[in-house]
Amino acid sequence: MIKHQKPEAFYDTFERKGPGQKTTHYCPGCGHGTVHKLIGEALSDFDIADKAVFLAPVGCGVFIYYYFNSASIQCAHGRAPATGTAIKRVHDDSIVISYQGDGDLGGIGASEIVHAANRGENLTVIFINNAIYGMTGGQMAPTTLLGQKTKTTPFGRDKDIDGMPLRISELLNTMEAPVFIERTTLGTPKGVMNTRKAIRKAIQNQKDKKGFSFVEILAPCPINWKMTPVDARKWLRENLEKFYEVKNFRDKDGEKQSGKYPWMENAELLELLDIVKEKDKQTTRKTIKNGEEKVKIAGFGGQGIMSVGVLLSNCAIKKGMESTWLPSYGPEMRGGTANASVVIAEEQIGTPVVDYPDTLITMTIPALNTFEKNVNPGGLIIVNSSLINRKVQRDDVNVYYVPATELANKVGLTATAAVIMLGIYAQIKGIIDTDILKLILPQSLSKAKYVEINLKAIDAAEEYYKNNPL
Amino acid sequence: MAKRNFVKIEPDECKGCKVCVHACPKECLHIGSDINKIGYQYAKFEDKGCTACGLCFYVCPELGAITVYKNEEEEKEK
Ligand SMILES: Cc1ncc(C[n+]2csc(CCOP(=O)(O)OP(=O)(O)O)c2C)c(N)n1
Ligand code: SF4
Ligand code: SF4
Ligand code: SF4
Repeated sequence: MIKHQKPEAFYDTFERKGPGQKTTHYCPGCGHGTVHKLIGEALSDFDIADKAVFLAPVGCGVFIYYYFNSASIQCAHGRAPATGTAIKRVHDDSIVISYQGDGDLGGIGASEIVHAANRGENLTVIFINNAIYGMTGGQMAPTTLLGQKTKTTPFGRDKDIDGMPLRISELLNTMEAPVFIERTTLGTPKGVMNTRKAIRKAIQNQKDKKGFSFVEILAPCPINWKMTPVDARKWLRENLEKFYEVKNFRDKDGEKQSGKYPWMENAELLELLDIVKEKDKQTTRKTIKNGEEKVKIAGFGGQGIMSVGVLLSNCAIKKGMESTWLPSYGPEMRGGTANASVVIAEEQIGTPVVDYPDTLITMTIPALNTFEKNVNPGGLIIVNSSLINRKVQRDDVNVYYVPATELANKVGLTATAAVIMLGIYAQIKGIIDTDILKLILPQSLSKAKYVEINLKAIDAAEEYYKNNPL
Repeated sequence: MAKRNFVKIEPDECKGCKVCVHACPKECLHIGSDINKIGYQYAKFEDKGCTACGLCFYVCPELGAITVYKNEEEEKEK
């Protein structure tokens, strides 16, 4: 019979660089793969892979989502424990596994891990301590040993210059809340088997809603340590294990944390946020074609693209619909490309990302060039014909040309062109109307002195559309 | 048919790191001279009293490279 095989929690193939691939992206002999296997085995044995949510770090472990057939979220560098906290607050029964390196957890994310541990969040944190920044090519980590040579400590880590190596498990062990803290090692096969035990315990604890469980694993990074995988394990035993004591720091068995958070119903929440009264919601809710309208507003930075997106979203919310707004900027402060994705829906919105818009509002030629092909057939493209001197090539969409910048100049402020485009959109699609625009606009402008001229711009849009209906 | 313990290595999933070779208490594993599709000389199994302990499986960083069989019919080994 088969005694040990690739755990079911993993995908069959790991298609990071194309179909059919079966190996990891890790360097030969890297510790990450071994730890993945131990976690995968536990998830399979406990039959919880479908409840697991991985928090992918920034670091070599970033591609964890190519391996585990579970949910995962790519977290901002070091912020995984904060992301995990949020997930647990809304999905109490999920099994959240924060998988972090020493740069991620001990460096940039030192604050997040300290506070998550202190709150006793019911999370499983797997902390890979390889005493170096692996992904970026071997710079000093908070856990780099004294005297250890790295790219950024070419003469070896110096206590007076770089501080002492951080003993994270000991640090967390000063707190009251954590239930399980253990440091293990991949330096020996026995160490690997103890790591297996600790990982299983840390996951079981979360299943049992016991609270914060933390496993620090001393792991080899043969590439940046510049050693063979076998020598790296020897070095790990002779150096890392000497400074970082391999032991269980805490195992508070039998203690349960309540795991109950105060809960607020949606209606209460809306009321609290003063967004919309539930009764208005029923009367004003519009029927949107297919239940969802996806809008892309695109142009240059500084054209008011983002504010107009927020305005549209707020109008939809005021009308009792669901809405999201997602900005996308180029790196430039002014003049770079910018686009806002707005989703308006009758029911909850799955994703704020708009790849294929129902409506495209374009302010510039590059924006039209980029997004024209993505508009859903039967959709709408609104073109600022003052700045775009070409026609839309698609013949399966509705197109409306409006000289928005000229109209804006007539109103007296070029920057109102985007508001005029939005006014046109409101009249064509009817999901929001210009009355609600005028109502919400004053709240969404940061400078009160621009309110009046923007309201005039909406008037101009109304007049233009009355004379030139689609 | 004789039953015994053995290990199968997927040639194209092994990166030849030798970690399993050093982990096996029975010295059943070694790195062969053949080169696999991804450019590594990969590990090979030779039964010297394999107990199916699984240590090689657990230490190996590649998720699907090693499968351990216990009391299995020999013909399945290849
Ligand atoms: C905000 C931010 N700062 C810095 C970086 C560069 N960076 C990428 S990975 C990394 C550290 C990785 O080290 P570690 O967490 O130990 O993981 P390993 O790669 O060793 O597994 C850093 C500093 C980044 N991507 N984002
Ligand atoms: S750089 Fe180090 S930690 Fe990253 S994959 Fe390679 S061996 Fe592993
Ligand atoms: S299962 Fe155990 S005895 Fe058999 S090859 Fe692997 S490590 Fe050696
Ligand atoms: S540990 Fe795995 S990857 Fe390394 S040599 Fe053995 S089978 Fe190959």
